[in-house]
Amino acid sequence: MTIKAETLNNKPKAIILRTAGTNCDYETKYALEKAGADVDLVHVNQLVKDKGLLGSYHIFVLPGGFTYGDDIAAGKVLANQLRHHLLDELMQFVDDGKLVIGICNGFQVLIKMGLLPGINGTHSSLNGYRQEFTLTYNDSSKFEDRWVYLKSFSNKSVFVDKDCLLYVPIAHAEGKFVAGKEGELKALGKSGQIIFKYADKDGNIANYPWNPNGSMDNIAGICDSTGRVLGMMPHPERYIEPTQHPRWTREGLKSEGDGLAIFRNAVNYIAGIL
Amino acid sequence: MVTRIEVFTKTNFPDAIGNEVASEIANIGITFVDEIRTVQVYLIDGNLSKEDIKRICSELLIDGLTQDYVCINGLSERSADIQTGKMKFGQKGRKDNAVYTIEVARKRGVMDPVESTVIKGIRDLGLSAKSVKTAKRFLLAGSLTIEQVETIADKVLANKIIEDVFINKDNLFYEDKNDTIDYVFHRNTLEILNADDEQLLLISQMGQLYLNLQEMKAVQEYFATFGRNPTDVELETIAQTWSEHCMHKTFRGIIDYDGKLIDNLLANTVMKVTSELNKPWCVSVFKDNAGIVEFDENYNICFKVETHNHPSAIEPYGGANTGIGGVIRDTLGTGLGAKPILNTDVFCFGPLDMRQEMIPEGVLHPKRIFKGVVAGVRDYGNRMGIPTANGAIFFDERYTGNPLVYCGNVGLIPKDKCKKVSHEGDLILLVGGRTGRDGIHGATFSSVELTHQSEVVSGGAVQIGDPIMEKKVTDALLMARDRGLYNNITDCGAGGLSSAVGEMGEELGAVVDLEKVPLKYDGLSYSEIWISEAQERMVLSVPPGNMEEIREVFEREDVEVTFIGKFTGDKRLRLRYKGEDVADIEMAFLHDGLPGMTRKATWRSPSHKDPAINEKKDYGEDLKKILSSWNVCSKEWVIRQYDHEVQGGSVMKPLQGVNNDGPGDACIIRPVLNSNKGIIVSNGMNPKYGDIDPYYMAASAIDEALRQIVSVGGSLERVALLDNFSWGNTSKPECLGGLVRAAKGCYDTALYYETPFISGKDSLNNEFKSGDKTISIPPTLLISAICIMPDVTKAISMDVKSPDNLIYILGMTKNELGGSHYYYIHGFIGNSVPKVDTGIGKKTMDLLASATEKGLVRSCHDCSEGGLAVAAAEMSFAGGYGMELDLSQVPVEEGVDRDDVILFAESNSRFIVEVQPEKHQEFEKTISGIPYGCIGKVLDDDIFTILSQNGEKVISEKISDLKEAWQATLRL
Repeated sequence: MTIKAETLNNKPKAIILRTAGTNCDYETKYALEKAGADVDLVHVNQLVKDKGLLGSYHIFVLPGGFTYGDDIAAGKVLANQLRHHLLDELMQFVDDGKLVIGICNGFQVLIKMGLLPGINGTHSSLNGYRQEFTLTYNDSSKFEDRWVYLKSFSNKSVFVDKDCLLYVPIAHAEGKFVAGKEGELKALGKSGQIIFKYADKDGNIANYPWNPNGSMDNIAGICDSTGRVLGMMPHPERYIEPTQHPRWTREGLKSEGDGLAIFRNAVNYIAGIL
Repeated sequence: MVTRIEVFTKTNFPDAIGNEVASEIANIGITFVDEIRTVQVYLIDGNLSKEDIKRICSELLIDGLTQDYVCINGLSERSADIQTGKMKFGQKGRKDNAVYTIEVARKRGVMDPVESTVIKGIRDLGLSAKSVKTAKRFLLAGSLTIEQVETIADKVLANKIIEDVFINKDNLFYEDKNDTIDYVFHRNTLEILNADDEQLLLISQMGQLYLNLQEMKAVQEYFATFGRNPTDVELETIAQTWSEHCMHKTFRGIIDYDGKLIDNLLANTVMKVTSELNKPWCVSVFKDNAGIVEFDENYNICFKVETHNHPSAIEPYGGANTGIGGVIRDTLGTGLGAKPILNTDVFCFGPLDMRQEMIPEGVLHPKRIFKGVVAGVRDYGNRMGIPTANGAIFFDERYTGNPLVYCGNVGLIPKDKCKKVSHEGDLILLVGGRTGRDGIHGATFSSVELTHQSEVVSGGAVQIGDPIMEKKVTDALLMARDRGLYNNITDCGAGGLSSAVGEMGEELGAVVDLEKVPLKYDGLSYSEIWISEAQERMVLSVPPGNMEEIREVFEREDVEVTFIGKFTGDKRLRLRYKGEDVADIEMAFLHDGLPGMTRKATWRSPSHKDPAINEKKDYGEDLKKILSSWNVCSKEWVIRQYDHEVQGGSVMKPLQGVNNDGPGDACIIRPVLNSNKGIIVSNGMNPKYGDIDPYYMAASAIDEALRQIVSVGGSLERVALLDNFSWGNTSKPECLGGLVRAAKGCYDTALYYETPFISGKDSLNNEFKSGDKTISIPPTLLISAICIMPDVTKAISMDVKSPDNLIYILGMTKNELGGSHYYYIHGFIGNSVPKVDTGIGKKTMDLLASATEKGLVRSCHDCSEGGLAVAAAEMSFAGGYGMELDLSQVPVEEGVDRDDVILFAESNSRFIVEVQPEKHQEFEKTISGIPYGCIGKVLDDDIFTILSQNGEKVISEKISDLKEAWQATLRL
């Protein structure tokens, strides 16, 4: 498959969406550039005004932050805006074989606008807008910044290799993954869409603080049915350089941070089909 | 038509806010609450159909999975009874339970950013709403009396300064009869030309101007030369400009210090160090909103710390909000604007376990202030996307009525953006939030003491911040800066437009048309517009040719901009309202007309006798007591709520060690992600020493801040300092004498360490009056330090790394238990305050820095509160290994022979260092010339042991017990 979009130097092009309260754009741009992408930061107002712009990119990134202050609920207002102003363009983007990643607040947006989980290959939750999953208040009722181990459970997502253990930080107040019905959770697992679960340092499923927010089934990240849309609460962009690890002075400097692989997988995937 | 919408969590999902509230209620001793639920209320006014309202609810306001709602009006009549219907409330617990409702709504005019977000969300749905109001509703079931419910409302749920409370009232619609009050212009002049002394003081008092008689007379004389009375806004402008907060008249005035005259204490101490050291890397000092130092070939770094004490006492959340918001704007308003990259926060509170009956009337409980302040800093800093990675909290009963909130911010600024100057003809551009009655008289209010009346008189001085507005301003501002669209910038802080325009126009003069300022609501007088301290506003000086381009840059980011006047060249400050002149004062009078002030200061050292404490065979309990004391204990509960890693530059985090929970010394960040050049930020403060002698408190605070820098791998070569004095009433000579002592301590110590001051701030009159009792805060000096670190991969943390490594102590231990935590837990202050040894202090830090640079150090922790024993214990439990140390190997000053002194003395310039056995010779060679001792080693077990000088175990504790003692105190 070859996907549309003009490129310079054959480099995959990523767009990081900005709006009021976006705040992880700087380090996310750094991570993507380090992984080999050309990156633009684009304000949502500009994208809504010039809807064709989205098509000129390969990777759409919703970074962390507190869009619109997380007023009403985390990610809700941006999700509402995207649903009503950019839905067709985003669905086309995914259908074109391109990639979408939402990190932390970006994951909250993807879930609340319905681009995730998009079970059965149709992003069906967009029609009729019946949300099957949500991200809600942490069991601790507090914002928490702490490092967590993520075990990958599926090779469905192009962003993630199966059976790896990543160490990255979370920083959120509303990250508890919740399903409306037990059956929907099972279906999600069956279709291989559960990508990351919180684990202990040996990769075993474990409770707080390993599971920092009380997520059902320890779910930290999921993908859509195509594997090209990924949402995750932890911040891979915060572990790109070895000095970002909280214990590098004990354990030594690794060659690179665990988070970089996610961005590199995305860039390599696009580069492979350009 | 207004529709009231109530959103609540479905019964099968936990109600997070409700659970939090439940534990708060239990905390104040009310235990008869069986069930609590929270309801978010929205009141939406607009021409909306039932179908529209249904969409707004289901698509925007609720999370269909976890929440449900009811509407009143619009959709249907109250379709379900919220108490007994869908929500199934009040069915748990005792049978005779009563159900109460408490509804809390912000008062009119108090910022609520949610309102505009909801309007935006409704617009995205293709609908439109005229206005939105929000409220929070709490349902309580239990065997409660109405008095208890009122107590819960007052102590837990609401702050009546900014919020209205309605108990057992349903279907509130908040119709506001004042909505239509228009402002009718009337020029107000005050009769001062013919006023006698008493009348002058009355005018000052009635207007909340806080000008003294001498100052009022200077004003009278000035206007007499023009033969006219001043307008209200002229007096307000003068009062604001001359306030202690803005002019620092105590520090810059004349002090008669026991007969010796000091003309400008600041210039003779902290500023003098900087000019004498004359470091070429100091780019801008004591001039701009923050001090600026060189960073690398492309960037400089700026740093500022502010206090926001008085508002935080009355409304902790809003006070801390606006404290951090304000200091971030200082950075944004430094040079042509810096990018904020790091927050630091230091707080002083009363002890959190104080009994309610000990709390003076009109004062919030320390725990409430603590939680409110932490939440305020958290919500503002996190939403702004600025890491909060350094800070401290200090507890003392004297802070109960007057807590201290220090907020700091570091900024990164391109080298060519550090200079600014307005040009004649430049337009005055106001950007950011709208102007309301927020914070009227904040500048003058923060310059006087608090009383139990403060919350009544000065409610208007309290504001709530809007971090998303400030983030939008930041994003747009830095783009406008990079395109070179303006010549000058400053923030609207204390004193509002009056201060911002007054300062920027000092050399040129300015004219402002006040009716142009965009308002949150009608009804503000020209005077209120001018002095309002509404947050999230910046003032720019824009060449007329850039008008359209700069407007476009801001509006693209949804930030409102308004041209409100221009810089003229006539060196006058002129204000107009709809063409009518309301003020015309010469800038020269405004800025130089303040009459000089002479204040008396005296100093006699208080004498607290050193106590006679019996020596013991086992100090394990003492160690645990110190570890669990308020000031030493783990602050993890606070730290985790701050995002300390956003922006990706984190190198040395505040929590360290094998389980990421040990107490780090200083934080390190890399502001430029593709470079290993870093900055280290630390702080030093110990008010307990100030009770003995503020001179040594200052010296020790500097030593502590520097120790922390060196501990993590920095050196003294590129360290700049900030001073923040919070003092009591300096019109009392002995209080001012202490301030002089502290300033002298700053001068001597900073000069010795060759570390210049680049910025600072003072907050005076920090005392609380209740009845006939006045409680002054202890003299409190915060020293913040910032160091440029060439290579962050040389950094080290404080946790011990592996068994068999050797443990050293560097520096000399002296008979210095005065003000120590050891004395404190035994109920004493003592007199032998730690001094800074100017024979070895700097050499110790320099040699340790070079050992670290050579890679000879595995971990390092400085000795501060609790001395050697606490520092070593922290290293041990953070690293997860035991330790055995021998006090006979500790270098001590002659005459030191007691074990408790060696264990707990807080002598300055000392470090505990872990060294690998194979490197010990090179290490010892590197540090030769300073006092040191190899005092033991790391063990492959979990026991922390210290042997007395005679070789007997004086401490032998499991590291898990020590850690538990340290962590349990603040596990809220």
